[in-house]
Amino acid sequence: MFAPVIHVLPVTLVQRKRLLPATGRILTRKGQKVTAAEVIAEANLTPDHLLLDVARGLGVSSSEADKYIQKQQGEDVAVGDVIAGPVGLARRVVRATQPGQVVLAGGGQVLLQLEGRPLELRAGLSGTVSELYPDQGVQVETVGALVQGVWGNGRDDSGLLAVPLKSAVEEWIPSRLDISLRGGVVLGGYCEDIHVLQDAEEQQLRGLILASMSSALIPEALKMHYPIIILDGFGRLPMNRAAFKLLSTSGRREAVVNASQWDRLAGIRPEVILPLPPTTQPMSTTDMIQFSADEDVRITHGPHIGEVGILNRLLGVVTLPSGIRAPAAEVQLETDESLVLPLANLEVLK
Amino acid sequence: MSPSSVSADSVLSIDVGSVYTRVVLFDVVENSYRFLGEGKAFTTAGAPHFDISEGVRQALGELQNFSGRIFLGADKQLVLPSQPDGSGVDRCVATLSVGPALKVVAVGLLEDVSAHSAQNLAMTTYAQVMEVISMNDRRSTAARLDAVLRARPDLVIVAGGTEGGASQSLMNLLEAVGLASYVLPKGYRPTVLFAGNQGLIGSIRSSFGDLGPLAIAPNIRPAVEVERLIPAQSQLMQVVRQARLRQIFGAQSLDQWTGGKLMPTASAFGRTIRFIGNEYARTNKGVLGVDIGASSTTIAAAFADHLILNVHPKFGLGESLPGLLSACTLDEIARWLPLEISNDTLRDYIYNKAVYPASLPVTPEELSMEHALACQIIHVALKKTARNFPADAQRSSYGFLPYFEPIIASGSVLTLAPQRGQTLMMLLNAIQPVGVTTMAVDQNTIAAALGAAASLNPLLTVQSLDSNNFQNLCTVISPVGEAQIGTPILRVHVVFGDGSENSVDIKYGSLEMIKLPMGQAATLQLHPLHRFDVGMGGPGRSGSVKIVGGGLGLVIDARGRPLQLPVEPARRIEILRKWFWTLGVTS
Repeated sequence: MFAPVIHVLPVTLVQRKRLLPATGRILTRKGQKVTAAEVIAEANLTPDHLLLDVARGLGVSSSEADKYIQKQQGEDVAVGDVIAGPVGLARRVVRATQPGQVVLAGGGQVLLQLEGRPLELRAGLSGTVSELYPDQGVQVETVGALVQGVWGNGRDDSGLLAVPLKSAVEEWIPSRLDISLRGGVVLGGYCEDIHVLQDAEEQQLRGLILASMSSALIPEALKMHYPIIILDGFGRLPMNRAAFKLLSTSGRREAVVNASQWDRLAGIRPEVILPLPPTTQPMSTTDMIQFSADEDVRITHGPHIGEVGILNRLLGVVTLPSGIRAPAAEVQLETDESLVLPLANLEVLK
Repeated sequence: MSPSSVSADSVLSIDVGSVYTRVVLFDVVENSYRFLGEGKAFTTAGAPHFDISEGVRQALGELQNFSGRIFLGADKQLVLPSQPDGSGVDRCVATLSVGPALKVVAVGLLEDVSAHSAQNLAMTTYAQVMEVISMNDRRSTAARLDAVLRARPDLVIVAGGTEGGASQSLMNLLEAVGLASYVLPKGYRPTVLFAGNQGLIGSIRSSFGDLGPLAIAPNIRPAVEVERLIPAQSQLMQVVRQARLRQIFGAQSLDQWTGGKLMPTASAFGRTIRFIGNEYARTNKGVLGVDIGASSTTIAAAFADHLILNVHPKFGLGESLPGLLSACTLDEIARWLPLEISNDTLRDYIYNKAVYPASLPVTPEELSMEHALACQIIHVALKKTARNFPADAQRSSYGFLPYFEPIIASGSVLTLAPQRGQTLMMLLNAIQPVGVTTMAVDQNTIAAALGAAASLNPLLTVQSLDSNNFQNLCTVISPVGEAQIGTPILRVHVVFGDGSENSVDIKYGSLEMIKLPMGQAATLQLHPLHRFDVGMGGPGRSGSVKIVGGGLGLVIDARGRPLQLPVEPARRIEILRKWFWTLGVTS
């Protein structure tokens, strides 16, 4: 049985595709060094259109109007430009009222695509552009630490990591968000106070990394303009040991927080990347693995959600306390406590 | 069945769901088709595989270990047909529910008429209506164009124009769709499914034929008062199939194995329910099918040959689970819990389950939450679908569900519940049937497979609709009417197959179970009191009915319709526990 994998790695090669949601323009070249905030592609995602009834404007039939159309498909127009005409003694014309580009002209009509603010796609992590996907986007790669999470509010940003957290089980309360954290990426614990999120917005945080959060805060978290990433789940959960160890010892390093919502089909998972100098030798990673003894595993569901342990042995199909029968494994926690858990509730920590 | 009439074709069924891929082997044993075994693996549509073939191969490997039969050749392709050495299978059918809901723009002349029918057609598959365009919509053509572009549809469903009716108005409405197709780059253009006035087909072909994919279906609204979705569903199924072949890597191999007959799981499930509907047409009742999965819930109701099929992509027990909160409150979910769990805990559970859809409840508390969620999902999905049930379907009175015989439930949360009483409690609370009905569970989860096989091998479908695969849970008697709690409302006289008899007076508000061993026949004489209606032709009418015992015998659900639970939590929990105990559920 394939085992899902979660990465918590101190040094690895991170390669991430950054693709536009629609066709657009690539603004970088292969091999170019980019910063996380750098715009690497842009697209006019949902441009507005204007359909001009040239025939009516000129007071002629549709077929006749076509003869007077001056701007053809693909031509840019500025405000006041004559699109069609002049016609008759009065020299009637149809002018552009907004700047844009002609996308279709004919049948007595002209369709203008209006100029709009393009969607700017940022690199998302500091590194090198290693692949170009024409009209779609690029692949950026870097060497660094990687910590994957389970939920994000759809934002991304980067900044210096601040670690006010002293233990993996702490609750993050508003009073701990002091001015020294302004503009940084903050490592927090558990959060159930809406003011934490709001104060962080006021402090212009560049990211909030939480072990867990009350699910009641999700609507507010989605409104925030800075990235919020949840590493272990919803409810009062401690941060998993592996992530806490890595992140709590990485204060003052650049942290890229990609708080995308988890999209399994697209292969996008919320994550924190801590880029390292390129001289560092990365560890190899694997995403395809089978459950086997001695693997580090993280519990994804149930009373021990978020805890990390070692898979002692595979057990075959067992009856769980809920009465459900499922393939399971014996997992030994750090506390030496031994649990029987369904494989469906485990992911391998790599 | 004579031996010569049985085709000896072995059939492999593959279902690729959003969480699991299942393969099921059917073959002829002692002159009849039998379910021989299954293999299961995680679906591999997403990272790191991005190819469903890997999950299919894993599931086939499991089936291979179990059956000792080789399915894949050295080229990793399915061995088709079966070989003299026993490897391979003769036929393969496949269904697919993995993948994002198709984004749909519905176009129709009038919002409440043809545009509504276009939306109803979209609801028969894995689709989400993003935008509706009709003559009621006063936006300019450019504004409609922008709306279509913003929706980024995979599919535009066009309805409207009764047969021989309006034509130019519809063509005017379609101008925005045509412009949108023109503006979009070629690979991004939506499929246009035209299911309107057939007199416009020529104009539609000339306007849209060169712009992008175009499909033509029979008019789904041939007259203002007539909606006919079924003939268009096969075209829609093909559109969905084509979309999945583009979107899901590995779907093409699967499609080849099936000879180009890959089906959406929901369509296949609907086909089975329709098939059963035809079998049960003599009862003058409908057949209800409920399939709850990780990505969606499907409700199918067949009234003889007429199928109402609704897919609810917002209501699944996986990633879409938080979508349930847009349709109901936490209290409405928590009311089904037989123990005290805070709303915060329940909400956290919903979101944690959504991020790990494959996870399983470990503790009894988690199982209760999972079951409460399943119950509420079915309840909400059925309520939405019931609006489309035919007004002339037989029912006790308007507002209640029509009479159904049988009700078939599918989905692992139901079939894998540790105790059958838990399955029945979920179904009774969610569906709240009326009258006399049989409850059955699709215990091998093959209902969709049988639908997919129906056109290829109808014998397989017929022979597999038996108690080995569809386990009879019980016969349920659900009287409706008004009375004080505790008032006797029904006298049930049971004459068992061995001649013994038993009489029970049923009080309003109670849930009772009468033992009747699996497969044993009995005759029920039902005498309603206080003008209660038990489905025997009207309020107060008595009658008799022959039944066959199920796993839970005979259940009389006299708790009232709609089911009202005590508001006070402790009292509610107490009564729920009592009902669970009645159905034999031990904690």
